[in-house]
Amino acid sequence: MTELLQHLVNGLSLGTIYALIALGYTMVYGVLKLINFAHGDVYMAGGFAGYYVAGAIGAGDRPSVLKAVVVTLGAMILSGLLGLAIERAAYRPLRASPRLTALITAIGVSFLLEYGFQLQPIAWLGVPFPPGPSPRFFPDLLELGPPFELAGVSVSKIDVIGFAVAILLMLGLQFIVYRTRLGKAMRAVSFDPRVAGLMGIPVDRVIAWTFFLGSALAAAAAIISASRMPRIDPLFGLMPGLKAFVAAVLGGIGSVPGAMAGGLLLGLTEEYVAGYTVSSFRDAIAFTVLILVLLVRPQGLFGRTTVEKV
Amino acid sequence: MTPALELRAVGMTFGGLKALSAFDLSLQAGELVGLIGPNGAGKTTAFNAVTGVYAPTEGEVLVGGERVNGLRPYQICVRGVARTFQNIRLFRELSALDNVRVACHAGAKSGFFDALFLTPHHRAEERRILGRADEYLAVMGLSHRRDELSRNLPYGEQRRLEIARALATGPRVLCLDEPAAGMNASEKVELMALIRSIRDRFGIAVLVIEHDMRLVMGVSERVVVLDHGVTIAHGTPEEVRRDPRVIEAYLGDAYLEERQIELPPGSSVSPTRGASFPATITAAAPSPNRAAATRLRFE
Amino acid sequence: MTTAPGRAAGVLLGFLPFAVALAALAVLQPLLPPTATIVLINVGVNVVLAVSLNVVNGFTGQFSLGHAGFMAVGAYTSAKITLAFADVQLAFLPEAVSDQLVFAVALAASMAVTGLAGFVVGMPSLRLRGDYLAIVTLGFGEIIRSIIENVAWLGGALGLSGLPRRTNVVWIGISAVATVIMARRLAGSTQGRALFAIREDEVAAEAMGVDTTGYKVRAFAISAAYAGLAGALSAHLIQLATPGSYGFIRSMEVVVMVVLGGLGSITGSVIAAALLTISLEGLRGFQEYRMVVYALLLVVLMLTRPQGILGSRELWDLWRRPRPPANPPLASTGEDGNGEGAA
Repeated sequence: MTELLQHLVNGLSLGTIYALIALGYTMVYGVLKLINFAHGDVYMAGGFAGYYVAGAIGAGDRPSVLKAVVVTLGAMILSGLLGLAIERAAYRPLRASPRLTALITAIGVSFLLEYGFQLQPIAWLGVPFPPGPSPRFFPDLLELGPPFELAGVSVSKIDVIGFAVAILLMLGLQFIVYRTRLGKAMRAVSFDPRVAGLMGIPVDRVIAWTFFLGSALAAAAAIISASRMPRIDPLFGLMPGLKAFVAAVLGGIGSVPGAMAGGLLLGLTEEYVAGYTVSSFRDAIAFTVLILVLLVRPQGLFGRTTVEKV
Repeated sequence: MTPALELRAVGMTFGGLKALSAFDLSLQAGELVGLIGPNGAGKTTAFNAVTGVYAPTEGEVLVGGERVNGLRPYQICVRGVARTFQNIRLFRELSALDNVRVACHAGAKSGFFDALFLTPHHRAEERRILGRADEYLAVMGLSHRRDELSRNLPYGEQRRLEIARALATGPRVLCLDEPAAGMNASEKVELMALIRSIRDRFGIAVLVIEHDMRLVMGVSERVVVLDHGVTIAHGTPEEVRRDPRVIEAYLGDAYLEERQIELPPGSSVSPTRGASFPATITAAAPSPNRAAATRLRFE
Repeated sequence: MTTAPGRAAGVLLGFLPFAVALAALAVLQPLLPPTATIVLINVGVNVVLAVSLNVVNGFTGQFSLGHAGFMAVGAYTSAKITLAFADVQLAFLPEAVSDQLVFAVALAASMAVTGLAGFVVGMPSLRLRGDYLAIVTLGFGEIIRSIIENVAWLGGALGLSGLPRRTNVVWIGISAVATVIMARRLAGSTQGRALFAIREDEVAAEAMGVDTTGYKVRAFAISAAYAGLAGALSAHLIQLATPGSYGFIRSMEVVVMVVLGGLGSITGSVIAAALLTISLEGLRGFQEYRMVVYALLLVVLMLTRPQGILGSRELWDLWRRPRPPANPPLASTGEDGNGEGAA
């Protein structure tokens, strides 16, 4: 029983990270009908951004709540800006091109980030950027002490805080998407960008905001993840990125509640399957889920089927 | 004689929208039937149900007496139904010849082995296909465009190429979806003659969706009128043209005459077709600019 | 007329190019310095990979990102066979001939098995649209890799080592030629035209009697089979088959080659494969910058010339007459005379 609950706890922690990343995928797909392959690497960059900010303000040496907040917000903003830059430079020029072209470009940007970050640090920068291929260790942002023990289940404090932060962010996003004009504009663009533009919606700006928000959420996910597992390296976004994409598809790509549900569901599935069967198949689980979803119910849990007009 | 194409009470429901309901149609070989109706009436939906793009939610589609509900479009094509599209769907990067050649091979599944090893069987087949394709291009007057990329062809020729391509599948029923859209008057006249000659030459049944009344009336032997997914009239072009329901569907009721009728006291009227009852009509003389049709409104 | 001798003659004629290639390469081989040999072999492997992927991505317009997974299947299949027969000498044959025969069988087997794998993967996947297909093929590639990593019989994470070094310029030459011929014949045939039609407009192709799913799966299987061949050849060059070498990155390298050369252009794929293999050799000293350059190349390529070097034309098409210019726009409709929408 405790094992079951432990997996539940772990699955939820994992799931919230997937959910936060998946939101970025789903929002971008919603407005651009593009799978942003580079999103996992924006997550990675967010983690490193937090690392650098933490280094700059000395959050590792003398942690405090304020510094933790600064690190998190700093990472989110920097990541958001990165997302904006990518959209502007790589995706916007290809708006009218076939989807395949944009997809390949996204893959190119992804590689650029992964391998760019693996280059050796530039000497005269002062900051060790790019971080190089060796892993770095993310500092403890808060002095938290030992984990809670509830009914034999170990729940680390960072899991609790991470979960809370994630839920807060997701609620925040829900609010933005469903209660603000920006959100309404985002939803309009996701239905039909051309018509939305004709209705006076500043499509470019809306898309830019979408990228900003998605990337910021990914950075938050990275901070939470790095606080749980401090070892970060330029490729640490690859797998979570792909899995989060699976989560987005599972929930119904283009659907915001879908991404959240898909993320949690995938996290739990991965935990339970890996826990009770062969754990080295962990990564393949996500892909198996993906294939099953696409074969059985391609629109995912919350997605809508699109019918092509002949 | 088994009809080449038969639709029995075919219906298409998309979620909450009933695009087509209780649609009946029967085409014998060699018949030329027009399908008309205002935009959104369900004409292309009917085509899509026939050609397998959608599986009919109700009713049956029979090709040559065989039920084809739920079959994939290519299977229905092999059974003898070919079509053109409302928005031209040519293989844009292929030449006119290649567009037709693809259709010539309709139904053949394998042959990858033969293709890779250039067997004599394969080469003979290729020669046959080339000959047939050239024939169809000639029939549609496109031989001079043989090697031209289909996307470079002028609009009218693209439409004709689509027809040539559909013909190349060797159908018994040819469904043309607005074949004259975008053509000028003289091109339309040419197309009319072409469609009739195709029917005569190949002995196939032809179903034409069109908006241009003159084209439809000039080409069809029978006309079916759809509005909001329902058949509102069918018959010869003459009959249909004067049918008040058709006029109302297309033009609205501003073009209808309204006349008042006085019924003798004590008489009753049952709304069946062909019913007759004594009445005196009192009305002003019809104005010369209005459609010469009368609608009786019962109050 | 399909008389037996007629058909046999046809098949024999089909093999003529190989005979010529074989002779030429056998003569060439001893004359090359060893580094050149390795580069040439790598070029050949990449040509096989690029051209075979072009059949799916370029001819049929489907986006497969799992080509490396099929390489792995081919590599491991052939490895298992050559390792099994490592110390066995077939009766009545001198050792050299016996080895070559075993290798030939291994190659054929790897193609067959990988073709089957392509069929199995393709059947469910090819019902999916564009970007979804890409992800699914990527997923299958990863699943294949994951399975290999966890199966002890296949060497697990360390893979299979000690493979005999059978790959040489002759085998590579034959394979590359075979792949190009396969693609050429496919492109010129009715079946190939059906693939192009599927790429251009799948709905219309289906309406014209093309079994789109069947054709897509077949193209996928053929493409996979040749990827398996490349994998087998590659493994018997480096004498090693490890799951790590057949990951997503390898798949992407092939995609870059195909896109650079031009989707749908066989000669484009050959040129791009040669170009990229040779330039990467030249960049060997700058190993860490290699992938960054690759990535930049990809992004810049997509932004500036997404159709690649040759687009969908072949090298010999460059000498053909230029296409006629578009007609001036028709004032009333905003279309130009070719029926294109308002510019």
